Amino acid sequence: MIEIKDIYKTFGDNDVLKGISATFQTGKNNLIIGGSGSGKTTLLKCIVGLHEPTKGKVFFEDENFTDMDFTERVPIRTQIGMLFQNSALFDSMTVEENIMFPLNLFTNQSIAEKRDRANFCLERVNLKDKNKLYPAELSGGMKKRVGIARALSMQPKFLFVDEPNSGLDPKTSILIDDLIQELTTEYEMTTVVVTHDMNSVMGIGDHIIFLHQGQKWWEGSNKEIAHTDNKELNDFVFASKFMQAAKEKL
Amino acid sequence: MFQSLGKYILLLSLSFKKPEKFKVYWAEVMREMVSVGIGSLGIISIISVFIGAATTIQVAFQLSSPLVPRSIAGSISRDSNILEFSPTISSLVLAGRVGSNFASNIGTMRVTEQIDALEIMGVNAPGYLIAPKILASITMVPLLVIISIALGITGGYIACLVTGSITPADYLMGVNDGFDGLTVRVALVKAFVFGFIIASICSYQGFYTTGGALEVGQSATRGVVFSCVWILFADLMITSLML
Repeated sequence: MIEIKDIYKTFGDNDVLKGISATFQTGKNNLIIGGSGSGKTTLLKCIVGLHEPTKGKVFFEDENFTDMDFTERVPIRTQIGMLFQNSALFDSMTVEENIMFPLNLFTNQSIAEKRDRANFCLERVNLKDKNKLYPAELSGGMKKRVGIARALSMQPKFLFVDEPNSGLDPKTSILIDDLIQELTTEYEMTTVVVTHDMNSVMGIGDHIIFLHQGQKWWEGSNKEIAHTDNKELNDFVFASKFMQAAKEKL
Repeated sequence: MFQSLGKYILLLSLSFKKPEKFKVYWAEVMREMVSVGIGSLGIISIISVFIGAATTIQVAFQLSSPLVPRSIAGSISRDSNILEFSPTISSLVLAGRVGSNFASNIGTMRVTEQIDALEIMGVNAPGYLIAPKILASITMVPLLVIISIALGITGGYIACLVTGSITPADYLMGVNDGFDGLTVRVALVKAFVFGFIIASICSYQGFYTTGGALEVGQSATRGVVFSCVWILFADLMITSLML
């Protein structure tokens, strides 16, 4: 479980986050949604420690992550897996080396054990036999899946995903969403996904928080989202004619 | 300026924190050493031979008086190569070749979130990315400078053979005459300092890149320009302190 309490983040005069609190439960897909510039990615970066919140605290399993220094955070960070918007694979390494990288640094496994783990992770994301390819040789969807495989290599308790569907075709997007859903349930992870993709919202949104102007505007599940009377959320979710028509059928 | 200096010092202190796993970092140091050393050997060899040859011809031309022994051209050419051309010119070239590579490599990792990925994993990103580059530079630049000195003197000898500006025998006599080991020590101190300047300044510029591809290019340019200026300043300081 991850708990965030009263998170503020300011860049110069710009208040990006204004007092956001939420609890992300284990074994669930927790979605952070909102329009561009609403502070979704900033919130995610505050949670994982890439940005320090101006005010507020983040707790991982009741441990105060915000007040820890870099060294104290390492044991928690080794339990975190993250998929970045552009996958952020290391260009100079092969797929296998990317997946083995955290294992090389933080475990004492033998090369054979690390290779086995890399093969298992690649198989889990349906990328068997792609070990020796470099990131430049992969498609967008494959890069995302390698990113997920790398995130899984250390058997994380917490999975963070930033815009998993950006730049992907609808079919691949659904594959990635399904994979995130399966892995969250299978490994009992606390998954936090930042997205503005409505297919993801409706498909995997066990728990959703909607950000608007840097504040938590709405909280609920994908089952509740269709029946909300929150104007800003309705404007965001049902902006397209297709979604409006879908809502009318519900 | 003071803010940048503070950030630079802070980044260097982070770079030399205890590594998570020595073996992984050592492999990275070796990889960078090959990149800096072997990768730069060709260009350093070419410029050293040409500069050595050109220096010898010019010195021989200027010392055309019958009152000055011809062999003196060899001594002046040798000392010029050891004290100035090999360490300084080589380092300026290395700032362009190696420094821009460091800055653009780290800058690209920054803008494509690869550095964020390292930090999320719990890796000390400055330590993993910058320390190996600095260690590789401060070991390989002095080695390259030693090779450059040898090739510069050889270049002078070839110039004597080809142009006949002085006889090869006079040149060799001058090269062997009045050699002072201090000049080599000065050259090595310079090379060590210049190696540090190139790696640390260019890595700093890359590490704090923000934006996209355009900014990566700008960081690389800034890294090379600042490195060159600091190399020339350090050259002056070391020369005035040691000679």
